Amino acid sequence: MKRVNVIQPKALLKVIAIFLPLLFNVNGLASAASGQSSDVPKNSAAVVAGAAVSAPAAESAHGAEASEGEEKAGDVIMHHILDNNVFAFEPFGSVNLPKIVIGGFDISITKHVVMLWLVSALLLIVFSVVGGKYKNMTARNAPKGLANAMEALVEFIRLDVAKSNIGHGYEKHLPYLLTVFFFILFCNLLGLIPYGATATGNVNVTLTLSIFTFFVTQIAAFKAHGVKGYLQHLTAGTHWSLWIIMVPIEIIGQFTKPFALTIRLFANMTAGHIIILSLIFISFILKSYIVAAAVSVPFAIFIDLLELFVAFLQAFVFTMLSALFIGLATAHEGHEKPAAGVAHH
Amino acid sequence: MEGLGLAYLGAGLGAGLAVIGAGLGIGNIAASAAEGTARQPEATSDIRTTMIIAAALIEGVALFGEVICVLLALK
Repeated sequence: MKRVNVIQPKALLKVIAIFLPLLFNVNGLASAASGQSSDVPKNSAAVVAGAAVSAPAAESAHGAEASEGEEKAGDVIMHHILDNNVFAFEPFGSVNLPKIVIGGFDISITKHVVMLWLVSALLLIVFSVVGGKYKNMTARNAPKGLANAMEALVEFIRLDVAKSNIGHGYEKHLPYLLTVFFFILFCNLLGLIPYGATATGNVNVTLTLSIFTFFVTQIAAFKAHGVKGYLQHLTAGTHWSLWIIMVPIEIIGQFTKPFALTIRLFANMTAGHIIILSLIFISFILKSYIVAAAVSVPFAIFIDLLELFVAFLQAFVFTMLSALFIGLATAHEGHEKPAAGVAHH
Repeated sequence: MEGLGLAYLGAGLGAGLAVIGAGLGIGNIAASAAEGTARQPEATSDIRTTMIIAAALIEGVALFGEVICVLLALK
């Protein structure tokens, strides 16, 4: 029985090359977004303050007291979700990370950047070990332990995701799909352990990942059809009088796909953490042990286990949709669905 | 204050409405997938894959709505 050695040193180099930009997570977008959002609370605070002045003193004091608990919960949740320069190990203190600004771009090393580095290092270690095990493997000894677990996942991505969605020539895109799957999976899982932060819960990270998918898809389409075929694809095979409607729609469609990928992964990973923290904070807001025992703890554990499933599911969905987009972009005319092409072979 | 309150109200209602739509959509998919699997058990894995893709696409649309609601509530 011949084994396909999927993980090669060359592929590992590709992993590094692809994720090098991520390591230096260019925070231009983040700083722009935070710049906007920092203005907004000021405005709303001013509005609230103005209203409080005009309202009777007793009522405003009562309102402030009641909203304090919720605001605290909201602050803690936002602090947990958002990226910042402190890597906290709560009872044992915290590590302040350096703030670097070069040429107006905030490229400081934040909590999520540290997590990205950690994930990259973990991927390198895990797949070096697994790849090394496959080097001295004969037909006699089957893989076990870590190598076996990774082989199951790799084979799943290779057959059920890449081959069934891309079809002919899927091997070319396999390194990218595998890399993106394991990177997202490790990011998601590291967000679930104590003191971890979910790097995929940062919209910059997911946007970067889907921009990779966008470029891979576009280049694959160019290579498959050539410039003429690519432009023909934009007209969707309609009559020339409809082109004025169809071409903009097709062009917008090209950009909607990575945008949907970005928001899906980001919102899924963020929503899970918000729900867990909200469930925990129910007992703090109501100040009740009964609520803590009956609602907070069981439901938080349930959502946590659900998150474990979602971590795998979202990594799979991102990879699957990337493969689907590549398959759609490279599908030849007449083969409407890439899966139909596979069935004929 | 009234405008801000209306924004919160809109965010809450919008989140609920988005969830109703997503719930109906994914429920329909799950129902059809269960029916399809019962009729043709050997196609289970194909049906499951198709179901997950469709559910993910619907979920993506719902999450667009949710993100807009969060932005509305945070403003």
